Amino acid sequence: MSHALNRRQALAVGAGACAAGLGFAAGPALAVNDYAEEIIKFTGGNKPVGARVKLDLPELAENGNTVSMAVKVDGAMTAESHLEEILVLAPNNPNARVVRFRFSPMSVPEAATRIRLAESQNVIAVAKMSDGTCFFTAREIKVTIGGCGG
Amino acid sequence: MGLRRVVCGMALVAAIAAATAVGSIALAESDLERPHWQGHAVKAPSKDYPIQDITSGFWFRTKDTQALQEDDFNNPGFFAVEQGEQLWAKAEGKAGKSCASCHQDAAASMKGVGAAMPKWNQRLGRPVNLEQQINICRSERMEAAPWKFGSAELTAMTTYVRYQSRGMPVAVRVDGPMTPWFEKGKALYYTRHGQLDLACANCHENNHGKYLRADFLSQGQSNGFPVYRLRDQRLVPLDERMQGCIFDVRGLPYAPLSDEFLALELYVAWRGNGLPVETPAVRN
Amino acid sequence: MAEIKPRIRLDKKDVKKGDTVEVKTLVSHDMETGLRHDADGKLVPRLIINKFTCELNGKLVFECDPESAVSANPYFQFKFKPEESGTLKFTWIDDAGTTTEATETIKVS
Repeated sequence: MSHALNRRQALAVGAGACAAGLGFAAGPALAVNDYAEEIIKFTGGNKPVGARVKLDLPELAENGNTVSMAVKVDGAMTAESHLEEILVLAPNNPNARVVRFRFSPMSVPEAATRIRLAESQNVIAVAKMSDGTCFFTAREIKVTIGGCGG
Repeated sequence: MGLRRVVCGMALVAAIAAATAVGSIALAESDLERPHWQGHAVKAPSKDYPIQDITSGFWFRTKDTQALQEDDFNNPGFFAVEQGEQLWAKAEGKAGKSCASCHQDAAASMKGVGAAMPKWNQRLGRPVNLEQQINICRSERMEAAPWKFGSAELTAMTTYVRYQSRGMPVAVRVDGPMTPWFEKGKALYYTRHGQLDLACANCHENNHGKYLRADFLSQGQSNGFPVYRLRDQRLVPLDERMQGCIFDVRGLPYAPLSDEFLALELYVAWRGNGLPVETPAVRN
Repeated sequence: MAEIKPRIRLDKKDVKKGDTVEVKTLVSHDMETGLRHDADGKLVPRLIINKFTCELNGKLVFECDPESAVSANPYFQFKFKPEESGTLKFTWIDDAGTTTEATETIKVS
């Protein structure tokens, strides 16, 4: 499901949220780290567009310590605009940064690993292309503690 | 400048919230549904078994976890198998022997051994599990120091040996001299422990296939041990897991390799007779 | 931990130009987060693999900077279209500077 947000829309929504005093309410719980700062640093201030990035996570983690994650960027890669980096962030982890993938002109734009998630949250993946344009997506995942804490 | 950064941050956050809100509406095909564990049972060997449809813990886990176990390359438990393989060939102790010196190729000599543990040891007059047998060989045959319970070496060797029985049915003997140990294990299985006052049976016999808070309860079988636990991100031997169970009901766990745990190991293995050995299994 | 070799699997090693190769890697490492306390209550210092690199004849194919949120026994999977035959070199470096290396040969015709 892709929808592009232009700068004016994003700012307007952002200003509205700001005015309503909603602050940072991006996930099931308030984010605990500086993930928004990490996004700004990664994109160099460019606004990422909510498109093209696909983040594959189970809806419910069997266990938060080992969650399979795959990320890819759809669409054609050209000489001018091919995938350079993907940054994965976990807003409700003790540290926002999860992993950063770096790609080359030889790469197919996808990667997978297994990650640790402290609690239920919206995991974010931001992709940076060689021409500076950035895309992102977010995916909700439920992370639970077991039955009797086991 | 500061306000601009804050607004940028807010905009990003709001945009992400919007993106997620749209994404989470479509829950048509959800893996939030419970695992389909029925229909994968092994029929109990006789009417004496309290659970007639014996089902491996494998079927109570999510598809992701199952996929990890089924992939011998990706299953991190195989690091322990490799380590065990290296230790098998390593000479240690005053006798200058390795496991291979007596047992040669483990794939041949250890086939079926793990599936039958714990086993009666005539000389010691008690049952012995795989960890204990490994240490008996080390101290008596190799004249090497026994490995500590929970050590990487002992867990790796236990995993490696039990892996040689993978796919074979669990087949423990509980008759003859084992009878009092079997009865003791059974009594312990049905004894309520801890502040939460729960017995193994309360969860694993009476309520498998149901959620205990967020845990999807299995039958508590031991056919996959030592298992790679996603929670601990390492191989966990059976006695350590059972300690965890007792700790979880706020009781005082028995010591690893104690009489109580040997009796429980025997009884729990019996409850799973016929299940394929899955070592190294992957569980939560 | 250093004695256990990393696991590498390429779905093909002999390809035609333009073909895609899928690489899976698994290495044994605790990935100590730096957020745990030991039995005495002391913080266990962070010790993780912080860099994974795959190069073909010295040219970067794929790189990964894990943080402590990457699970123990890190698994990395990626795909690429090799431009030339040669040696694929895989390198894992952790916070202590311990380096693990492995190579695979690949043929492109």
